[in-house]
Parts: sequence; C-alpha cells; structure tokens
Amino acid sequence: MSLADSDRELVVEELGRDPTPAEAALFENLWSEHCAYRSSRPLLSAFESEGEQVVIGPGDDAAVVELPSNSDADVSGDDRESNREANAGTETEADKSVYITMGIESHNHPSYVDPFDGAATGVGGIVRDTLSMGAYPIALADSLYFGEFDREHSQYLFEGVVEGISHYGNCIGVPTVGGSVDFHPNYEGNPLVNVACVGLTNEDRLVTAEAQEPGNKLVLIGNGTGRDGLGGASFASEDLAEDAETEDRPAVQVGDPYAEKLLIEANEVLVDENLIESARDLGAAGLGGASSELVAKGGLGATIELERVHQREPNMNALEILLAESQERMCYEVEPDNVDRVREIAERFDLGCSVIGEVTDGNYSCSFNGETVVDVDAYFLGEGAPMNDLPVEKPPEPTVDRPETDIKEAFEAVLSSPSTASKRWVYQQYDHEVGARTSVPPGDDAAVMAIRECETGLAISSGAAPNWTSADPLEGAKAIALENATNLAAKGATPLAAVDCLNGGNPEKPEVYGGFKRIVDGLAEMCSTLSIPVVGGNVSLYNDSAAGPIPPTPTLAVVGTKADYEAPPLAAESNGELMLVGDLGNDADGYRLGGSEYLAQFSGSDRFPELPDAPDSFVEALAAVADDDATRAVHDVSHGGLAVSLAEMVSPDVGLEVSLSSDDPVGALFHEQPGRALVQTTDPDAVRDAFPDGTPVVSLGAPTEDGTLTIEISEKTLETDAAEIRTLRRTIERELE
Amino acid sequence: MTVSIIRFGGSNCDRDAERALSHLEIDAEIVWHEDGLPAETTGIVLPGGFSYGDYLRAGAMAARSPIMAEVRDAAADGVPVLGVCNGAQVGCESGLTDGAFTTNESARFQCEHVYLRVERDDTPWTEAYDEGEVLEIPIAHGEGRYEIDDDRLEELEAENRVLFRYCDEDGELTEDANPNGSKHNVAGVLGDRDSVAVLMPHPERVTLPDIGGTDGQGVLRGLESV
Repeated sequence: MSLADSDRELVVEELGRDPTPAEAALFENLWSEHCAYRSSRPLLSAFESEGEQVVIGPGDDAAVVELPSNSDADVSGDDRESNREANAGTETEADKSVYITMGIESHNHPSYVDPFDGAATGVGGIVRDTLSMGAYPIALADSLYFGEFDREHSQYLFEGVVEGISHYGNCIGVPTVGGSVDFHPNYEGNPLVNVACVGLTNEDRLVTAEAQEPGNKLVLIGNGTGRDGLGGASFASEDLAEDAETEDRPAVQVGDPYAEKLLIEANEVLVDENLIESARDLGAAGLGGASSELVAKGGLGATIELERVHQREPNMNALEILLAESQERMCYEVEPDNVDRVREIAERFDLGCSVIGEVTDGNYSCSFNGETVVDVDAYFLGEGAPMNDLPVEKPPEPTVDRPETDIKEAFEAVLSSPSTASKRWVYQQYDHEVGARTSVPPGDDAAVMAIRECETGLAISSGAAPNWTSADPLEGAKAIALENATNLAAKGATPLAAVDCLNGGNPEKPEVYGGFKRIVDGLAEMCSTLSIPVVGGNVSLYNDSAAGPIPPTPTLAVVGTKADYEAPPLAAESNGELMLVGDLGNDADGYRLGGSEYLAQFSGSDRFPELPDAPDSFVEALAAVADDDATRAVHDVSHGGLAVSLAEMVSPDVGLEVSLSSDDPVGALFHEQPGRALVQTTDPDAVRDAFPDGTPVVSLGAPTEDGTLTIEISEKTLETDAAEIRTLRRTIERELE
Repeated sequence: MTVSIIRFGGSNCDRDAERALSHLEIDAEIVWHEDGLPAETTGIVLPGGFSYGDYLRAGAMAARSPIMAEVRDAAADGVPVLGVCNGAQVGCESGLTDGAFTTNESARFQCEHVYLRVERDDTPWTEAYDEGEVLEIPIAHGEGRYEIDDDRLEELEAENRVLFRYCDEDGELTEDANPNGSKHNVAGVLGDRDSVAVLMPHPERVTLPDIGGTDGQGVLRGLESV
C-alpha cells in the first residue's frame, strides 16, 4: 500500500513540494482508515458523548468519567459543609474526585495473522492508553468473535487469542473481569479481538495527550525501537489477503508484558511526582503517530532528532524509527528541569529512556543525523485527511421462515451451542482477582469491582451479538446497548458511561457500509435513550476476507455504579418466587425469533423482536429491585432466550419448577428480546409495583430442592437437571481440555 | 514491627498484600528489591506476580537477586517469611523451601477457587485454624504443580512439613480436587523452620471482607509472630 494519488495531490498542495519518503509514509499511515476514521467519522456524530459525569470525552487516549462518591453518604449536608471548612487547606486523598478512564481497542487483523501476539499486544495497547491519562489500570474486558467453533482453524485462533490475553493481562497484574465470546460463520476469515480497559485516577493525577508548552522536552520511555510492526496502521486498513498469515507477519508486533508492567509502575511514580505535562502511548504509526498527535492536539509543533531514539537493532533508517510499532513505549512531555528525575525513574525500572526533542510552536519536524526528513504542520498531518462520502444500501428485510422442533431437542441444541455455552474455559485462564477489587467475578451478568477510594461499586459489561446485528443491524445494535445496560441493572448498578468498538467489513461495498451505518445509528439511539454517554471508542473497518464481510459488530463496554460492592447472585436460592419481568413477546404479533440462537441452530429467519417503549425506566427499576432486601437472585435474559437463562440459574442444590402459558412454546422459550430479567424474590408484590406501567411482570414458579428444572408450557413439559445442564454447557471445555 | 513486602520487577500482588495486611492492622511496607531489606523488618512477604516476567523459569531470576541473600539470613534468624504464588516459586528456587512449583498438568493458567486442608494447626500460619479444617482460597497460576522427588517428599511428610493440601469441600484429598496435578495434593510447605512457609493459593485475596471470603486471614496473621 502507498499513499493514494488523490491524497498525494493534497499533500503536495499543502507543502508546496513533493513529500519526502518519510513524510509520504507518515501521511499514508496517519491518513489510513485505521487512524483517520475516514469512512466512519461522518457517522460518529450520531453519538451523544456529554454528561455531567464526563470529564474528558472522545479524542484523547482514553475517556475520563467521574465516579459518584458514597464515602460521606451518611453525613448530612451541613456536616459535610463544616467538614469541608475544617479541612480547608488540608485536602486529603479522600476529598478528591475519583475518576475512571475508559478505552477500547480492536486488534483484529494482527490476531488473525498471529493470534497469541496479536491479542497480547491489543491488551498492551489499551493499557498504555490508560497510562497516558495518569491512571492505573484496574480492569480489562475482552469481547472475542470467531468463526464456527467446530472448525479447526477457529479453535486454533480462539485458543491462541485467549492464551495471548491470559499471558499478557495476567503478567501485568490487571484482572480480566468481563467480556464475551461469540462464534459465527462470517468471522471465519477475520476474527475480532476487542479489548476494553478501565483505569483509576483522580482530579489531581489526571494527565492528557495535549502538549502544553513550547520548550518542554519530549521523552521516550520503554522498550528499544526495532523493526517490528512496520506499517501496522495501513495493514489494518485493508481487507485481509488470503496469504495474510505468511505475508503480513512482519506487520504484527510482539509483546513483552514484563516491560509493560515496569512501564505501569514507572508511569505511576512519574504521576506521583507530578513530572508529566502530557503523555501519549506509542501505538498505530509508532513514534511518528504519537509525537505528532500529541503536539497537534496542543496546537503546537516539535523538533525531533530521530537518531536519539534508543534502538535495539542496528542500522535503522529514519523511516523505520519513525513508524516502527515496537511495543511498550510511551512519549512524555516533560519540563526541562524535570528531565533528570524522569531519567532516574526510568533507570530504576530498567526502562530505556531518550530525550528525543522538544515541543515548539512551529512545524512538526524530524531530522536524522542532521538531515531534515519531516517538516509538516502537525495539525494537517493529524486532521487533514479528507473524509469519505460512501454510498449506503439498505439491507433486505428478513422473511419469516420458522422451523418447528421438539422443545427438548431445541433446548439441548441451544444450551450446548458454543456461543451460549459456559465460557469458564476462557475466564479461568484470566487472573480475574488480582488487585483485590473483584467482588463479582466473570461468569455472572456483569462483574462488580470495589472502588474503595470513593466507596462505590463499579459494574462492567461488554459484548455484542452477531446474530442480532446480522438479522437487523439497526434494531440489533439497539438491543446490544439495552442488553449491556440490563446486565448492569441485574447486579443493581445504574449505567454511567460506555465506550464502543465498531467493527465492520469493507466500507466501499454499499451493503456493508449500509449495515455499518445502521449499527452506529442503533447503538447511538439506544445509548441516548438510556442516558449513557458514549465517551470514546474505536472503529475497525475492512474486516473482510475471501470468506466475505463480518457481521456488523458493535461491541459496547458499559460501566455502571452502585452504592456497595454486593450483588444478588445469578443462581437461584432455596426460597423466593421466580418472576419474569419485561417480556413483551406474547403480544398479538406473536414471538419474533429473529437473531436467536434457535434460528442459528435450526436455520430459518424471522423479524427481530420489538424492544420496550421505555427501556430507561425498565433499567432503573431493575437496578432498584436487584438491590432490594427481598431479592434472592437476578439473571438477565438474553442470548439463547428464557430457556437458557432458567437453566443457568439451576444448581445441584436448587432447582426450579416453572410454568408458562403460551401457545407458542418455541417462541416463548427461545426468542431473544433484551430488556428482560428473571428475578427471584420473597416479595413478589413489591416487584410488580417496582416496574413502570406497561412492563409485563409474571410469576413463573418456585425453587425445588433437588436441582431439577421443570418447565411446563401449554401442555408440554421440559424436564432436565443440574447435571445434564452442566454437561450440555461444557461444550468448549469438553472440546479443548 | 514492620512487614516488608518485597517487590521485584513484575511482582503484581504486592499492593494486594499491603492492603490485606493493613486490614488486619499489621504494619507493612512495599520494599523495592534493589533498596535492600530494611533493618527493622519483622516479617517478610514474597508476593505473587511474574517476577522478571517469569523469563527463564518462574521465580528463578528473583531467587538470585541480592535481596534474597538478606531474606535467607533473616529467615535463619527466625523472621517469619511467607511466599505466595510467584513468591512460593521464588522461595523454592532460593532454597528456603524444598521442591519446586512447575507447569500445571493442564498446561494452562488457572484462576479459580479451591479448597485447602490444613495439615497442621501448630504453626504461626495456621494457629487460627484447626487441623483438618477446610479453607476456600483462590489460586491463579500457570506453574503451581508441586514437584519433588519421592524420597524427599517422604522425608518432608515424615517431618510434618506439608502445611496445606488441595482437597474437596469435605476435606477429602481426591484427584479431582487437585487443580494442577501437585504431588500428594501439596499446596503449601514449610521450610526448615516453621516460621518459613510458601503456598500457591492467595490468602491475601480472601482477607478483605468487602469482596467476599476471609479464610486467608489466619495465614497472614503468621507474619505477626516474632
């Protein structure tokens, strides 16, 4: 790939001369789809990213959101006022507003070429985005998408990706607490690896990626620069070629989690001692990308002497030093007087450190052994790429073609499908408890972390649903937002903010771009309805291969907060009535199976389910119910439908006896309308009263003592038990252990 | 009294240990390995993590760092030393305890809650428990399979230096309850003195009541014994 002719013309016009080879390479990478969002930015204005909790929205290395504090919840307003006066001038850590950072990144193409290193470096990149903001990483969530599980190549990619995340995340001591795994035939030629990271900081420690002051030094800290990952940004902006596994291997970086861990700790000391004016991690387009973006954001320029960069390979040329995507490197803006101290800290952590240049108010200019190799306006380099105005085509309306099956056969097929089956094999390989904050571990609807700094519980849910967005990109994307919010509410948390990772195929195909536009619009609309600001994200297009485009995949990572760290369990307890709330399916129109695992198993098509009219009040009410003293257990109903959720609540000690009235058993048990939950309570009336008018709330049954699950539905009975459910849900473990 | 939590490059459970000890009101500080062991050290934690990225072999490089000579001297003087997870690997590599922790039978990293049977209740680390008591404590390791040659294991058992074994909920030492293939279900052992102990499971992760279990508190209390 080289700089497109039309882009070259723009560059020549701006510079008044031909670009040097290093400049041409910089423009090629920074103006690539991966860096410049040329096809997606026109669509992204659909997102609402503001809210009073939002400190920094989209555009920085990571977003920053303020957490509500429960530290002084029992102190009255007057007392608080006098406390504040008493503490005036002696502000303690506890008085500072606590912030989290949120970021999400895709590492799709690298993970196809080299699943272990591709996924591992994806983790490394998003963690460094967290460091850039002066934050300490406290949680990771990975949403992964592969081709059909029974294919050997899918399993090879799946095992490699999980192992890569496990290796890197565990080693750097950041718990992986959430995520999702889905299998769908259209990811066969192009798996997706979407990694989200949450970091913790406060108002005093916050750093941004906006250069502050001409005269400040630019300091590069971390691994030596080698020739790895050359041209990664442009590689990520093309369809994957059939020979990508061999041809593109040099574009994939290799991770060193030990160096990353040292970088995390060094960064923490740099922030402790207030030595950083601004920071940016080195990711796509390497040093050239990070340093130019840093100064461009501050409306400034830089002079950089490339030979000063500490290198680990001999005889590198200017272009290689500028564009290599060697991992575990950060670029800091440091005041001249602080440079020596910064160097000492880097040395203490055995990290390389070089002062590569300084911030100026002129052009972004790089020299190599005295020769100027880059001299361009930083803003033009970062922001000058023209946007694409691409044609869209509406996807066809689904027809209704519903295969009928026996409900026991359907139950077994859906429950044991790799997408709905237990993901224990995956999250057991992730250290999900390091950090001593994990109150609700993976395997539940959402993870809950203890943020003791402000006595707030932080719930995290991340995922998308390829079957849903394949069936209906617009409604499916709305459903994904509602489903993630429902996951949080099921654990008693109220949504606070979200980041998205929008994955699509080749946008130059109108039907692909049409689907992509719809997932953007759907996600934006539901997040807005739920008052969830979308504070940042990532776009990955050209996820297209000889096997065709991927389903449009909007991964959403949502965080929510609650006043404590406890949450109702997912599994049923031995007492309390079981209620189903929010199920709209049984209206005059009948159940809609579109996007369901049932249809994925038995082939066929249907319309996507209708969504609730007032999802925001549903989510709010569910969060309140989950935290009620009478509540015994709560489980969100989504993938696989009601049958799967019921099965997941059963344990060897506690079973469920359920009866439903419906003349459409398959529809009732397997449709996947989001915005539903199973609530077990000792006070059913309170649950009925808690939800707004129009929300269906029905009593389903009661627990049994023997671990059996009995579902009676219109004269049919489905009988199973905890042992059989466990066997059915072990699909992934059985195959890979 | 001050417990020193030794931080090597790549340690990642040092802060968790500090927080857990602080909850138990045991004075503790994190000590960077290059700074040497503070003179006032009254207890030592070798925390979990991936010291030196586990390059070469888990714990091997940390075991050879200069501070470990000081740790061995302190241990010989009776200062309590607790190695957890990577710290247990460092403990074995540095000769504080016998045997080695090596690659899990599954060849994969495993993070899960397991049950441990308390083999002795007369050591600083287990005074809070009864012999035979079953504790629920998480593991998080890829290299936790206890390996030792048969003669030395026999010796170790004869000397009553096995502190914890993996068991089921009822305290039975079954194969199923052994998460990583450890010989004789060994999860933790004592050194030459009862004041030195290493174990793969993480007591510091089940000490803070606000995130769940508290079964690990008793183990950490061992650091108070002088």
